[in-house]
Amino acid sequence: MSDTFKLNIDGQEVEVPKSYTLMQACEEVGAEIPRFCYHERLSVAGNCRMCLVEWEGAPKPIASCAEIVGNMRPNKDGSAPIIRTKGAYVEKARNGVMEFLLINHPLDCPICDQGGECDLQDQAVAYGRADSRYDENKRAVEDKNMGPLVKTIMTRCIQCTRCVRFVAEVAGVEEIGMISRGESAEITTYLEKSLTSELSGNVIDLCPVGALTSKPYAFNARPWELRKTSSIDVMDAMGAAIRVDAKGDAVMRILPETSEDVNEEWLSDKSRFVWDGLARQRLDRPYVRQNGKLHAVTWPEALDAVKAALSVNADEIGVVAGDLIEAEQAKAALDFFSGLGVKSTDCRPAGAQYGTSGVREHYLLNPTLAGVEESDALLLIGANPRIEAAVWNARIRKSWLWGNLKVAVIGEAADLTYPYDHLGTSPDALTSAAVVEFFKGAKRPMVVVGEAAVCRADGAAILAAALKLAQDTGAIAEGWAGYGMLHTAAGRVGALDLGFLPAEGGKATADILGSGLKTVVLLGADEVDLSKLGAAKVIYVGSHGDAGASRADVVLPCAAYTELSATYVNTEGRVQMTTRAVQPKGEAREGWAIFRALSAVMGKALSYDTADDLRAVLRGKAGENTPFSGRGYAPGAKGVAALSATLPAGGASLGSQPFKRAVADFYLTNPIARASRTMAECSALATSLDTAVAAE
Amino acid sequence: MALRRFDIEAGGDRFAFKPETEEKIAFWRGKYPADKQRSAVIPLLWLAQKDNAGWLSEPAMREVADRLEMPYIRVYEVATFYTMFRLQPVGKHHVQLCGTTPCQLRGSEGLKEVCKKEIGKPMYVTDDQRLSWEEVECLGACVNAPMVQINDDYYEDLTPESLSAILGRLRNGVDVAPGPQIDRVNSAPEGGTTVLTEPSLFDGSRNKVAALPNLPQPPAPQPTPEATGKPEVKGPTNVHREEPAKVNDRAEPVKPEEARASAFDDLKRINGVGPKYEQMLNDMGVTQYAHMAAWSQAKVDEVEKLLGFNDRIDREKWVAQAQLLAAGKFDEHDREYGRGKD
Amino acid sequence: MLQDKDRIFTNLYGLHSPDLEAAKRRGAWHLTKEMLDLGPDWLCDQIKASGLRGRGGAGFPTGLKWTFMPKEVRDRPHYLVVNADESEPGTCKDREIMRHDPHLLIEGCMVASRAMRAHKCYVYIRGEYIAERHALEKAVREAYEAKLIGQNNVNGWDFDLYVHHGAGAYICGEETALLESLEGKKGQPRLKPPFPANAGLYGCPTTVNNVESIAVVPTILRRGAQWFAGFGRPNNAGTKLFCISGHVNKPCNVEEEMSITFRELIETHCGGIRGGWENLKAVIPGGSSVPMVPAEQIMDAYMDFDTLRDLKSGLGTAAVIVMDKQTDLIKAIARLAYFYKHESCGQCTPCREGTGWMWRVLERMVKGEATHDEIDTLLEVTKQVEGHTICALGDAAAWPIQGLIRHFRHEIEERINRYRQPRAFVQGSVIAAE
Repeated sequence: MSDTFKLNIDGQEVEVPKSYTLMQACEEVGAEIPRFCYHERLSVAGNCRMCLVEWEGAPKPIASCAEIVGNMRPNKDGSAPIIRTKGAYVEKARNGVMEFLLINHPLDCPICDQGGECDLQDQAVAYGRADSRYDENKRAVEDKNMGPLVKTIMTRCIQCTRCVRFVAEVAGVEEIGMISRGESAEITTYLEKSLTSELSGNVIDLCPVGALTSKPYAFNARPWELRKTSSIDVMDAMGAAIRVDAKGDAVMRILPETSEDVNEEWLSDKSRFVWDGLARQRLDRPYVRQNGKLHAVTWPEALDAVKAALSVNADEIGVVAGDLIEAEQAKAALDFFSGLGVKSTDCRPAGAQYGTSGVREHYLLNPTLAGVEESDALLLIGANPRIEAAVWNARIRKSWLWGNLKVAVIGEAADLTYPYDHLGTSPDALTSAAVVEFFKGAKRPMVVVGEAAVCRADGAAILAAALKLAQDTGAIAEGWAGYGMLHTAAGRVGALDLGFLPAEGGKATADILGSGLKTVVLLGADEVDLSKLGAAKVIYVGSHGDAGASRADVVLPCAAYTELSATYVNTEGRVQMTTRAVQPKGEAREGWAIFRALSAVMGKALSYDTADDLRAVLRGKAGENTPFSGRGYAPGAKGVAALSATLPAGGASLGSQPFKRAVADFYLTNPIARASRTMAECSALATSLDTAVAAE
Repeated sequence: MALRRFDIEAGGDRFAFKPETEEKIAFWRGKYPADKQRSAVIPLLWLAQKDNAGWLSEPAMREVADRLEMPYIRVYEVATFYTMFRLQPVGKHHVQLCGTTPCQLRGSEGLKEVCKKEIGKPMYVTDDQRLSWEEVECLGACVNAPMVQINDDYYEDLTPESLSAILGRLRNGVDVAPGPQIDRVNSAPEGGTTVLTEPSLFDGSRNKVAALPNLPQPPAPQPTPEATGKPEVKGPTNVHREEPAKVNDRAEPVKPEEARASAFDDLKRINGVGPKYEQMLNDMGVTQYAHMAAWSQAKVDEVEKLLGFNDRIDREKWVAQAQLLAAGKFDEHDREYGRGKD
Repeated sequence: MLQDKDRIFTNLYGLHSPDLEAAKRRGAWHLTKEMLDLGPDWLCDQIKASGLRGRGGAGFPTGLKWTFMPKEVRDRPHYLVVNADESEPGTCKDREIMRHDPHLLIEGCMVASRAMRAHKCYVYIRGEYIAERHALEKAVREAYEAKLIGQNNVNGWDFDLYVHHGAGAYICGEETALLESLEGKKGQPRLKPPFPANAGLYGCPTTVNNVESIAVVPTILRRGAQWFAGFGRPNNAGTKLFCISGHVNKPCNVEEEMSITFRELIETHCGGIRGGWENLKAVIPGGSSVPMVPAEQIMDAYMDFDTLRDLKSGLGTAAVIVMDKQTDLIKAIARLAYFYKHESCGQCTPCREGTGWMWRVLERMVKGEATHDEIDTLLEVTKQVEGHTICALGDAAAWPIQGLIRHFRHEIEERINRYRQPRAFVQGSVIAAE
């Protein structure tokens, strides 16, 4: 017999795979099945009983979310079983369940933040009864603390356990549970401790009612007042799909959108809650330092000051691009400074030993983010995906939990939410027998190097060894490019793709910042060590008043990622674009436009006048294949050919110095996050937890 | 059930198992596979409660979680789900009074009044720390109703007077023998039983039988009585009972595959059935094409399960094959499905 | 009346020692090796032929249940799990087996394990049965020491038996909740399928049987399937432990023949109804989960699966709760409603919310503080719970109430009328006109 099964749903014959649930089968014919507990990315709980359908001949209504089609049987005469998703029988069953759900639900919709986007509200309208027959007192449940992000109004809870399943299965921290039993059952964290997951905000989206809502967003807006803009997140190098909800000039909240290849439908807490940082510490007009203090000036004055600072020998000028730089700004800046003859340009952290081979695949995550679900053995070298790409970490966990992935780590032994073989803490472990042993028998091996792992003296050797390991273990094969780098900065890959690297004879980041250059330009570079800048004139182009701006002599304000349509390339090499959701603050301009204006002031006008012109240059001529030619896809296994050659190992050999963690504080990795009060609170909480553990 | 929370204050911040408990912990953990140690959580929580004056404190719960390497929230769920874990202090003698209907019918409400009068509100601990009480659900001693459990022991067939006396003695440090508090032995009727008096039950004469009945007959051509599902009719001892007019069809009489067949068909001719499965089918009593031809879907499912298949019978159309073969259409079968290999 | 020679549980009242030696004198552990040597097919066939139906309440044929286990042990071991979480109000029979005849249970576990190719068995005993657990543990120790069970035992089938205990949760009597609990989780029933025979304890093929169902097995095999099948009406075979509680003169446990009439059961063993047969009002014949049957219907009814099913009730666990005419039936059922509210695991909506609702309405009805149409609402709520839940607890909570309304609706109405009387008197014609 085949792998499909015939059903008759609402009078329509349909043939579906046997692995389908009855609910999926019903949806196949367009039937609408209400549900609360069921979620396609979580295990099936079957507890809300809302998805009941009629199976002709069955004694009871069937919970369609829990019924696997393959377990069903044809009728006695061999015809397809008859399923009804409509009709009096089903309506009565749903009506009954709906009534039960509502008898202890507070019906405080007018003051509920979920109002307008509430599953219970919507389904009560569609399936509920008009009146209430419940004359007893409603149950009240004490609210619980779940930390600074998730607000609880537990009386509204309908015990669907989506949040419990999410944190246990996806986030991998068993911190939410249902305690007590019967009608006293309550959802809580252990003794109301805060959630420690980087993905905790997703329970807000999952909660079908208003029991778990966003604490920072509380009472800020109603869904129907918001202007919704699909965009791309820049808090890490994944480029998660997001929706920016804005009211007037302010971003009110950020939600994930579904992008199966990137973030599925999850979002990290930093990406979700950073939005209050977009309204704080903003550079909204140009500044020039006079007598030791920054004074607000007009754009022409500022550009004149820049012109003065740049009127030195081009060898005395250095440019460092920061983590959040968009491709347009990087391109315009690079073109501008190359035009001036500046050779010292770099977009990488200090000490970086990668990106100069000219082969793009050497710094991309070639196996792709989604590819980890196909992999059966993953070696992480000096990378901590839980902090560096939290959503991807959940995907690794998913592959471990439901697939047959095993993981090994060389580097810091951190809690990654899944077990792994710890094969060493330093690069020299790469050549150990344990590594070979780990990959033995693996069909889809995957070697991933963290960016921080190759920002050290033996970086080139590490990268070469990792690539060689991938080649030796069969990770580079037809249709599978199992070697990659995990980046932490959203702007890095795009800048690398543009060649934002030291030109022949130019200096790299550490030397630009520390070798006494006369003029240093920081393009939102706040994560670098600014302490050795000496007497250099510093020009800072960025959106937030952070480390760079406070050291700067000239500050040029530019738009943040929600305020312009800009191109980013994620760690897989996937070209994506943000969309402008709100206007740039004050006099801030889009980054590329600043350099366009500057180029005119310097008398070397750039060739493009609009962002579209610029992007046309990025894309290249018709038929030309640049990294920016296509949008939205990751090259993935196309990189196999490029990865078949070896990499030069550089001067140093694999050292015994342990890998350091790339990100000191998950919540404070960039100027926007550092401006966010929410992130500060999360960071303080996480730090206090860490300290408490250390003190024990 | 009411909301259950830890009494955090009374629980302090420390708990340690008593040294002598370690042996019991090892005993319980030894019952479960090494990778399923979490199974021991209820027994360990119970031991912790025993070592903590009859109630489970939050540090005690954490100790159990740490030992079993379980997340706290999972142990917390267990501790709050099961009502025998008491999350607040209790008296030295904690009375669990059964209030469910069988006990209610025989006077548990009177006992409740006694507890209220002599101890106080539920879960209140008397000033001398000796007594506390709560109402619980059916304790499974219904023929000895009404009853209470005090710590580990059942006190049965109570009256308000006898309960009051028991509480008084416990308060004064005098032990009371558990069990029925009236003239009866365990669950035997009051005043003694009239059954189980036959001496031969207890003198070993039951062991005189030398062999088991119904031993399998080597090749038995005829269906034996027990294999038909129709036992030899023995007159019921209950005389004023009407005999059912017809044999109850729910008794599942002779199903073809359950009867011993005299002739064996070559089931291997069915494409998909090899010698091994033929043997297994024979073991199930399936020896002829006709047996398989008559399989219902339910039977197919059952056989699938027994043979450890996943839809193979349907996929390979065994039933349809058997139908052809049973009808003697061998050629047609071989054309359609191919002749099965030996 | 069942004769003593046909009783399986010869130490039901604990009049004799539960020890191994005494148990052996009563016939336990006799010919056990011979049974085991005959193998699974013979064992299953015999139990099928005996007509034994599960004694835990549902009455599913035991032998048939065993055959659902895979025919071969593959990568996953097989488990037998014995359900000794006896918590159904009215039921206290397994308790007697465990404390007075534990060796019958242990032997039964071994034989049943052989029949389902299991080498390991867990007995899940309710937490409150502490003395019973100690008694059972002692017997298990004896059996190990005598090499009757364990590795390389004299019976030739490696077999380990472990006693596990719960901690106060009626729902753990539901087989999948029991497995969850045994795995160290909350006792919340699982979705079925997969059924335990495919994926039960630790994801392995598992069969869950009631204590009594297992404990009768060795005796059935020793005396022959046809001996057991000879008791009771067809399809209701065997002997059965009855627990008679409530308003009889001498409540007790007793082993009797299936299909004994209610009258004979009570007259023979319980000294009659309190206040005489005239005083009988209603009976809950199979533990709290089955609907009550009014006196005139139950008096001469056979106590078996089919008869009681036809009376819209059930034999359940054969826990007979007798209620005389002094009983406040509404209160008795309200107390059961409280029980189910207390014991609902809270997992699925209809049971979690419905049990509390039903109890609260019934509590008002006890006082009469309700309206007539609320009776219909209550009945409808029971129907909204019944059949809509993951496990049978929802049904069990609904049925007693349905039984009450079916047979004694007039009592609820009278109670309501009485409660409203003073107002009716004061307001005169206004109320009367309603």
